[in-house]
Amino acid sequence: MATAPSLVASFDPTSSPDLVKRAELSEIDASTKIPVLFFLCSAVLWLLVGTAFALISSFKLHTPSFLGDIEWLTFGRARTAHLNSVIYGWSVNAAFAVAFWLMARLSRSVLRHSGLLMIAGAFWNIGVTIGIVGILAGDSTSIEWLEIPPYATPLLFVAYAFVGAWALITFRFGKSGHIYVSQWYLLAALFWFPWLYSVAQIMLILEPARGTVQALVNWWFAHNVLGLWFTPIGLAAAYYFIPKVLGKPIHSYYLSVLGFWSLALFYNWAGVHHLIGGPVPAWVISAGIAASFMMAIPVVVVGINHHMTMVGNFSALKYSPTLRFIVFGAVSYTITSLIGSVMADRQVSEVVHFTHFTVAHAHQGMYAFFTMVMFGSIYYILPRILLKEWPSAMLISVHFWTVSVGITVYVVALSIGGIKQGLEMNNADIPFLQVVANTIPYLLSRSMSGILITIGHLAFAVNFTWMLLRPRAAQKTAPTLFRTPPEMEVVR
Amino acid sequence: MNRAPLIFLGIFFTLAFSWTGIVLSNQLSYGKLQPITDETENKSYPELLPGLAAQGKLVYQDLGCIYCHSQQVRRPGFGADDKRGWGDRQSVARDYIREGRVLLGTMRTGPDLRNIGARQTSRDWHMLHLYDPQITSKGSIMAPFPFLFEKHKIVGQSSPKAIKLPAPYTAEAGYEIVPTPRAEALVAYLQSLKDTYAYPETKNVFVEPIAGTKKENQK
Repeated sequence: MATAPSLVASFDPTSSPDLVKRAELSEIDASTKIPVLFFLCSAVLWLLVGTAFALISSFKLHTPSFLGDIEWLTFGRARTAHLNSVIYGWSVNAAFAVAFWLMARLSRSVLRHSGLLMIAGAFWNIGVTIGIVGILAGDSTSIEWLEIPPYATPLLFVAYAFVGAWALITFRFGKSGHIYVSQWYLLAALFWFPWLYSVAQIMLILEPARGTVQALVNWWFAHNVLGLWFTPIGLAAAYYFIPKVLGKPIHSYYLSVLGFWSLALFYNWAGVHHLIGGPVPAWVISAGIAASFMMAIPVVVVGINHHMTMVGNFSALKYSPTLRFIVFGAVSYTITSLIGSVMADRQVSEVVHFTHFTVAHAHQGMYAFFTMVMFGSIYYILPRILLKEWPSAMLISVHFWTVSVGITVYVVALSIGGIKQGLEMNNADIPFLQVVANTIPYLLSRSMSGILITIGHLAFAVNFTWMLLRPRAAQKTAPTLFRTPPEMEVVR
Repeated sequence: MNRAPLIFLGIFFTLAFSWTGIVLSNQLSYGKLQPITDETENKSYPELLPGLAAQGKLVYQDLGCIYCHSQQVRRPGFGADDKRGWGDRQSVARDYIREGRVLLGTMRTGPDLRNIGARQTSRDWHMLHLYDPQITSKGSIMAPFPFLFEKHKIVGQSSPKAIKLPAPYTAEAGYEIVPTPRAEALVAYLQSLKDTYAYPETKNVFVEPIAGTKKENQK
C-alpha cells in the first residue's frame, strides 16, 4: 500500500508522481477523444429522447386518454420507443464510449485511426434513429428487445462489427503485459453481443424458428443482452473506477477470477426463467431456474470484491461524484441480482411474472446499476479527454440526488404494486378490473419518480453541454468534487 | 489470467454451452413439431389464420398489444388462468407451430388473450372496446384506438358497418363512426384467437384434482 497514491492524488489527474506514465496515459486519453466524445454526445441525446418517451408512456398507463388520439404515441409504440432509445441509444452508446476508453487505457494502447470509428458510430446512430421512427410509424416486430424493424438492423450490425473489431485491435496492439479483470469482461462482452444478436435476428426474423422455439431464442437473447453485454461492461467500469478513485488495489484477485467465470457459465442459461409456466419444455425451464439460483455465486463474489474494496473508505463518497454514482450502481447490482435469483423460483414467479414487479426489476438492473455506473464513468472520463473540469458541482449533486431518490421510489413502489397485483390476479374472486384499479396508485408514484429522474437528466445534460462549450482554463485546475477533501486543503 | 487465447476459449465455450442447450437442442427436439390431422373433422390443427385475421395480427404487432397482453395459458393450479376463464386448458407448444411470429408476451397489465375469441365473440363488443375501452370496461387503463375509426357524414342510409356508440360517445347528428379496414382486421384476429382443440398431449397434462373427482381426472 505504500506505493499507492493518496486519495487526493487519485482525484487529481495532474498530481501523479510518475510523469512518464502520466504522459503515456494522456496520449492514450487524447487518442480516444474524438470517438469517445461522439459516443457520449449521442448517448446523452438518446437519454433525453428516451426519458421523454418514458414519461409519455408512464402517464398513459394511469391516464390512458393522455395523447390518446395520436397513433404514433399510442402506449404500445411509445413504450417500445422508450425501451429502444434507452437501450440501443443511451446504454449502448455509453457502453461503447466507456469500453473504448477503458480498453485503450488498460491495454496501454493508443486508439489508432480513431476517426474511422466515427463511421461506425454514425452507422449505429442512424440505424437506431431509423429503427425508432419505424417503431413509432408502426413497423415494430413486436419481439421484445428486438423491435427495431428489419430494414434498420443491418446498419446496426455493420456498425457493431466495426466497433468490436476496433476494440480487439486496440487490445491486441496494447503494451500491457497484464490483462486486468475489467478487460476480461470487456473482451467477453464484445464477443458475446454479436453472437447473441445475429442468432436472434436469424432465428426470429430472417428464418423464424417454429412455434415456441422462438420464445426460447427471444429470452436467451433478451436476458443475455443484460447479462452478457451490459452487465460485463458495467462491472468492468466498477472494477476499474472503484480502486482507481480510492487509490488502492481491488480486494481479491482470486475472487475476481471466480466471479468472472461463474458469471460466464451461469448467466447465459438464466434467461428461460422468463418462460416459467409457458408452453416450452419443462427441463429447459428447470435448467434456467437452476442457473438463476447459481447466479448468486458471481453476484456475491463480485459484491464482496467491490464492497470490501470500499470498506474503510466510505468518506470518499462525500467528495467524488464518480465514486458516489458507481458505488450506488455496484450496490444496486448486488441487490437486483439477488432479487432476480429469487424471482426465478417457481412459486415466486407464479405471483410476480406478468406484473409490474418485473418492470421494477428491469429498471433496477438497467438504471440503478448500469446507468448509474455509466454516469459515474462519464464524470471521470470527460475531464480527462477534454482537459477541463465539470463546470458545476451543484448540478452534479442535483443529478445524483434526483436520480437516486427517483429510481429508489420507482423500484420500491412498482415492486410493492407488482406483488399486490400478482397476488390479486391469482385470486379469481377479485374482478380483473379491480386488480387494474388497485395498481393505479403505484403507477402514479412511478410517474412522480419519473419526473424526478427527468430533472436529474436535464441537470446532467446542462452540465455536459456547458462543459463542452466552456473554454479551457489557462492554468492548472482542480477536479470538480462535491466538496473539498481536508487532505487537499493541506496540499495547498 | 494473462493468456488472451485461454480467456477467449472460455468466453467462446460458455456461450456455446447455452446456445447448444437452449437454442439448438430445442430446435432439434421440437422445432419440427407437426400439426395433427383430425380425421373425423377432416381438418388439421392448429388451423391457419384466415386471411383477414392474419392481417389483423400485423395490426396487433404494430400497435404493441403484446406489451400488456400475454397469449399463453398457464396450467390449472399455477396462477388462476383457468379460474379467470382465460382458457380451458394449458397452452402447449403445438398451439403455436403455425404462427410466423409467436407473441407469448410477458405482461398482464390486461388479461390474457389466447382465448379471447372464445370468450368475446361479439364483433360489436370488440369495436366499442377498441374505440374507447371505457365504454365496455369502465376504469380500464387500456389505450383507446380512435385512429382505427373514421367519422363519416351519413349520406342517405347509414352504413351497416358503423358502430353503435352509447351516449355520451356518439358522434354529432348526421355523422357516424365507421371502423377502418385495420380495425376490421384486428377484430377478426382477436375473434380467431381460441385454442379449443384437444391434442393428445393436452389430455395428459396436470389437472388440479377437485375433491372427490380425483379418479375421474386420471382416466
